[in-house]
Amino acid sequence: MLVFDNVSKVYPGGKRAVDHLNLEIGEGEFICFIGPSGCGKTTTMKMINRLVKPSEGKILLNGKNILDQNVVELRRSIGYVIQQIGLFPHMTIRDNIALVPKLKGVSAEDRNKRAEELLDLVNMPKEFLDRFPHELSGGQQQRIGVLRALASNPPLILMDEPFGALDPITRDSLQAEFKNLQQSLGKTIIFVTHDMDEAIKLADRIVIMRAGQIVQVGSPDEILRNPADDFVRDFIGKERLAEAQQHFQTVGQIMNPDPVSIGLGATISEAVRTMRRRRVDSLLVTDDAGILRGKITIEQIDRNRDRDAAVADLMERDIGTVRADTLLRDATRNILIRGSKYVPVVDQRKRLIGIITRTNLVDVLYDSIWGEEEDEGDAAVGEAAAAPAPQAGEGS
Amino acid sequence: MDAIRSFFSEYGVLLLEKTWEHLYISFAALLLGVLVAVPLGILLVRIPKAAGAIMGIVSIVQTFPSLAILAFFIPLLGIGKVPAIAALFLYSMLPILRNTYIGVKNVDRNLLEAARGMGMTSFQRTASVELPLAVPVIMAGIRMSAVYLIGWATLASFIGGGGLGDFIFDGLNLFRTDLVIGGALPVTLLAILLDWLLGRVEYHATPKGIRGQGGAA
Repeated sequence: MLVFDNVSKVYPGGKRAVDHLNLEIGEGEFICFIGPSGCGKTTTMKMINRLVKPSEGKILLNGKNILDQNVVELRRSIGYVIQQIGLFPHMTIRDNIALVPKLKGVSAEDRNKRAEELLDLVNMPKEFLDRFPHELSGGQQQRIGVLRALASNPPLILMDEPFGALDPITRDSLQAEFKNLQQSLGKTIIFVTHDMDEAIKLADRIVIMRAGQIVQVGSPDEILRNPADDFVRDFIGKERLAEAQQHFQTVGQIMNPDPVSIGLGATISEAVRTMRRRRVDSLLVTDDAGILRGKITIEQIDRNRDRDAAVADLMERDIGTVRADTLLRDATRNILIRGSKYVPVVDQRKRLIGIITRTNLVDVLYDSIWGEEEDEGDAAVGEAAAAPAPQAGEGS
Repeated sequence: MDAIRSFFSEYGVLLLEKTWEHLYISFAALLLGVLVAVPLGILLVRIPKAAGAIMGIVSIVQTFPSLAILAFFIPLLGIGKVPAIAALFLYSMLPILRNTYIGVKNVDRNLLEAARGMGMTSFQRTASVELPLAVPVIMAGIRMSAVYLIGWATLASFIGGGGLGDFIFDGLNLFRTDLVIGGALPVTLLAILLDWLLGRVEYHATPKGIRGQGGAA
């Protein structure tokens, strides 16, 4: 829907605010531009509605170069929300919301209907229509700011740190509300922010910029999992990265790679000996190829005292497994819900390669609460106090 | 009491006539001032380079002694009401121009960018954003000008412009205190009345949403 083709913005004096930028944005995508101050994210956004004129390259909106279009018409066809809310203090909420339709020559009656409709979207009563911006709270004002951008139903909306000036609680609820709204209306959003949490929460794709260039483009997951370089890592912040890593930890990373197992052909007495030697109460049963076949527990052996019977006859065949590349968070849920003491880990060919026990989960939980311990021995209460990790520079 | 009654019986009609002349001169100058200074002020915001120079010139004009300006117009426009209005018009310019310039310039730049980003034309931005928001400041300038003009218009009498100045200066020349007071008192009352009246105009001209918030955003 929107294509940046080698776009640059050079200011007099030679400063390149935006430097050979290439980007393609699809219909209905929620794109966050993020980066430190002066990285060119706002400039890039403002080039779309021509508040800033590109020096080089082309910006295509639905295949048409924006420079070939009437600038006033272009702007009226693109929603725009600014940081300082920018409601006109001398106009009522109704006039503020319906400003673009009014510019487009929509009748007063239709404008009124539209304003009511929009107010309904954010669950604000009609009485607000006749009030003035200064009679509303900051959160309510920015809701109106967003509605104003939606008024003429533009497919594309530009937002310049729209929630930056709000208190954290209001910001949180507005973000959630707006994300829902965006998804239900199917709008394409270009959203500029310097708040990584906000970007992670809202974006389908995040565009990280530095010095006028794109450093990395990707979904929040991709960026958290594979930061392109140190700049991105710093920008995301150590704490968030550590948190994300836990989030994306796989079973293979934490499993015990040496499960206690026994061959399919072994006898019960052999099984009991192995249990005693390894001090466990159950064994995983594998065949010659190492493929997991089942498990045998001490209770099962206890019920059948025939010492020469084969393990294969007594074992429980139907047991749950996880794959090594499963995300730990999914596996954890499995283990905890089923209440099993452990889950065997297998590869693609069902071969036994490890085991996840409740003890492993405790370790993971411990790490996520107190951080990676340096010395296993005395990682006690003292660590808890040292918990807040240093925040990496976010460039606000 | 008798003195007042006899003053009115003798000069009543003349007083009304002079008051009318006085108002006529003042309003004509004020109207011209508004018509020229308001658009000029808006224009100056658009061309910041010229703004400094023009504001400077207008400020200098303001420092000329008023009598000198009045005299200056005699060779150009002769005597009578026209040169008086021309001179007073020059004086009325500065407060209106300065306030319009400041009022429009101080309109929140974010609002203007929002207006631009939403697709308002330059004219629409001026007419429906800048001007309404600058109204309180512009009106304050007009009020100030108006009150000054009522005072200065007494000097029009010197170049044959008429007005209540005739009473005052006749009184001074003839050592007639009653004539001086008879002219000065109405001038004072007119100034107070006009200030109050324009205050009401200012209130009603100010958009409802920004009333009582200490001027433009």
